[in-house]
Amino acid sequence: MATTMITTLDRSSRAAARGLSDISIRNLFIIPTILFLIVFNIFPLIYSLGYSFTDFRASTNAPANFIGLQNYRDLLNDPYVWLNFAITAKYVIISVAGQLLVGFGVAMLLNRDIPLKGLLTTLLLLPMMLSMAVVGLFWKLLYDPSFGIINYALGLGTFEWLSDPNMALYAVALTDIWMWSPFVMLLSLAGLSAVPKHLYEAAAIDRAGPFYTFFRITLPLVAPILMIAVIFRTMEAFKTFDLAYILTSQPTAELISIRLYKMAFQEWQTGRSCAMAYIVLIMVLAITNIYVKYLNKVKER
Amino acid sequence: MAAVRTSSEIGFNRAAIVAVLVVTIIFLAPIYWIASTAFKPRNLATTIPPTVVFQPEISPFVKLFAKRSQLRSPPTPEEYAAAPWWERVVFNGGEKIVRDGKGEVQWSGYPSRFMNSLIVAITSTVLAVGMGTFTAYGFSRFRVKGEADLLFFILSTRMLPPVVVAIPMFLMYRAVGLNDSHLGLIILYTAFNLSFSVWLMKGFMDEIPKEYEEAALVDGYTRMEAFFKIVLPEAATGIAATAVFCFITAWNEYAFALIMTSRRAQTAPPFIPSQVGSGLPDWSVIAAGTFLFLLPVAIFTFLLRNHLLRGMSFGAIRK
Repeated sequence: MATTMITTLDRSSRAAARGLSDISIRNLFIIPTILFLIVFNIFPLIYSLGYSFTDFRASTNAPANFIGLQNYRDLLNDPYVWLNFAITAKYVIISVAGQLLVGFGVAMLLNRDIPLKGLLTTLLLLPMMLSMAVVGLFWKLLYDPSFGIINYALGLGTFEWLSDPNMALYAVALTDIWMWSPFVMLLSLAGLSAVPKHLYEAAAIDRAGPFYTFFRITLPLVAPILMIAVIFRTMEAFKTFDLAYILTSQPTAELISIRLYKMAFQEWQTGRSCAMAYIVLIMVLAITNIYVKYLNKVKER
Repeated sequence: MAAVRTSSEIGFNRAAIVAVLVVTIIFLAPIYWIASTAFKPRNLATTIPPTVVFQPEISPFVKLFAKRSQLRSPPTPEEYAAAPWWERVVFNGGEKIVRDGKGEVQWSGYPSRFMNSLIVAITSTVLAVGMGTFTAYGFSRFRVKGEADLLFFILSTRMLPPVVVAIPMFLMYRAVGLNDSHLGLIILYTAFNLSFSVWLMKGFMDEIPKEYEEAALVDGYTRMEAFFKIVLPEAATGIAATAVFCFITAWNEYAFALIMTSRRAQTAPPFIPSQVGSGLPDWSVIAAGTFLFLLPVAIFTFLLRNHLLRGMSFGAIRK
């Protein structure tokens, strides 16, 4: 609407005669970016789709042989790949649930008049801005069974966090919770501060208890923004590579990204890893889709 | 809140404040531990009980920047007197700095990795924000066919796990010789950040009233002049915030750097973990490297505090 107005204005103005037309400016501004993204994001994916039907190995000079859907068939019949997916699912659930609990809990605590609230919030946000790989590495020292401060602070003796197969995944998730709870907290705070105050006043007049107020007023009103947080964190947790790769080499903590990395760059099964990448890609798209649909449902209400 | 506060409410408020303080301390403890370990001599970095009170030292930073080796015997008084002050702190820890035949200090791998991180992060940020600003303006002000689809396409390029994208990129880079080059990494990070920059900048552009440019156009400005003289200054805050976000993303990135670089163009994130290697790692040196690496981001976080929510949610939530 306003755009058309500008266009008509532009046509009749003197400037239009010497400057570029709006259409050419629009194309000049948008097309290079689209082309850049196609060349460096879409083209590589098409390239790897081709390789996913071959037995290509990037470590040898042997030419790639077309083997049809063999890679996909092998991968989907491989119980270890399914195990990797199960581990990833477990990791996503633990870490997102943990972040939701801690993040929303801290936001509830912070949602009141607190001296130096701005400074405290900024300090709490620090972990998520830092490099996952570099900070993750330092958590290795914190988790160390003999001289880590975590065992010392909790009095756990020489508890094995990262080298115990049953514990490693939880330890990675714990670090992830530390890093990303602040994100959920930030979003929750925005949601909480948007809840109209008069609702609480009305509830207080009606002598509603704190539980009733929380479940009937706070939670329903913050739910949509919490869903956004869950979507973002689920996507990110599903993609996790750095943290788990650096913290532990336990097979019980081998997330799908790590499996993919090993397949592609350590075992050099290039063709097969391309097929695997496509399976992951389809899953990511599916998850996004399910969530976007749910999100729209929440919004409609 | 009701106008009259009951005593139990005030008590609850106090308890909440104490709880917030405790949570903040727990959250900051790992970061504090990195910072304090960076100033500890090696033997105090891994003690039980942990060393909290100590005389801060500069030796981890000296060791971080120079190659060093174990001392077989303590330095002679002459050696000690001839050494510059920063080398003495390394002597005190039972190590010495490696020099070549001409007596030049041998640098460790860290300074060059740090420089690589700076080069790659700054260049890719300038490119991504530059292109992103133009594109965001285009989407914000002109009618684009299939705009929603194009914007979703731009966003979706960022949703994929980095390893998925890295496999074909690795093969393509190897074919054209871009592996382990600054340019290769810059292109990757620019592509990665461009989608983010377009989304965030479009939000900022939408907030600039169209009337400003319309007035300028009536006054005889061309569209280009109006964009550079009116819109860009108005968007300065948004551009700065977007740039800081892109810089932090590129600075922190690990997976692409691990796969695409090995020596020449390697950035700090894959290098720092590789220092741990085998044997007993010198945690105070690792902490020193980590500390220096995290410092810029910590400063930027404070500068960005009012835009964090918006940036972290891809501009989905504005405040």
